[in-house]
Amino acid sequence: MKAKIIITPKKAVLDPQGKTVQTALEHMGYTGVTGVHIGKYIEIDLAPGTDKAAAHKALNDAAFKLLSNPVIEDYKLEIE
Amino acid sequence: MNFSILQFPASNCDQDAVHAVRLLGHSARLVWHKDAALGDTDVVIVPGGFSYGDYLRCGAIARFSPVMQAVKQFADNGGLVLGVCNGFQVLTESHLLPGALIRNRDLQFHCENIFLKTATNDSPFTSKIPAGKILRVPIAHGEGCYFADEATLAKLKANNQILWQYCDANGNLTDTANPNGALQNIAGICNEKRNVAGLMPHPERACEPLLGSDDGKWILESIFAALKNKTVAQAA
Repeated sequence: MKAKIIITPKKAVLDPQGKTVQTALEHMGYTGVTGVHIGKYIEIDLAPGTDKAAAHKALNDAAFKLLSNPVIEDYKLEIE
Repeated sequence: MNFSILQFPASNCDQDAVHAVRLLGHSARLVWHKDAALGDTDVVIVPGGFSYGDYLRCGAIARFSPVMQAVKQFADNGGLVLGVCNGFQVLTESHLLPGALIRNRDLQFHCENIFLKTATNDSPFTSKIPAGKILRVPIAHGEGCYFADEATLAKLKANNQILWQYCDANGNLTDTANPNGALQNIAGICNEKRNVAGLMPHPERACEPLLGSDDGKWILESIFAALKNKTVAQAA
């Protein structure tokens, strides 16, 4: 089993990396790009047979406390 | 007065802080990150560096170290805590200070001298800074852009918690004097109780003329004075 956590900067937070990449894409001629947001992707391996609901609860807690900083970041959690 | 200076894996301004405190006539010792107790301590300095390799986010792992649980308790009991650079990041991650520090807006690591305006003398970290004095101190960081949401920022202002702001040589808070894009040119803040402060610049690296500036000593002198007053008050 695997948990996948995608962390992105909150909309109100400056994202200079995203802006720089967006500008680079424009320079390369890719049109229609209206925003680039750079975050993190974390994969967590879980023991086979782990209770999905319990893992979801525990990882939500971990994502809120450690894996993301709620002041500046949002996260999405998926378990598969 | 006893200063406890924390030492995490990859702290690199710990010895500078020890040197500056001793130079100014007080005692300082290092406290290892795995220690669960601070011992006899009047002030804690969380020093600069790259604690735990800056993995995940600056300061994120340090927050959960045994020593930080002791620091949290020390702060909750009214003890003075100063975070410098990475130490500031550790204190925001630990929720001892509001807001967060994010990548510099130009994505560059800035290692240079900057000017600081003291926004208020009403704190144990700023009380001895001479009125109108512009401090010249170094910065060395890649993630020092102070961010807080609007409600937090309004609260910081209402409570007079902004302690230092980046300015030009004449004390003007201009955008060009802002090295990292910090909101409102914020270089350092304190908590609501005013016993925990953090700043991105390095006062400990500017405490003797040999280093090009001794302006940083005013911040340490403020702490010494605050402790002296506290000791007198306790004795009385």
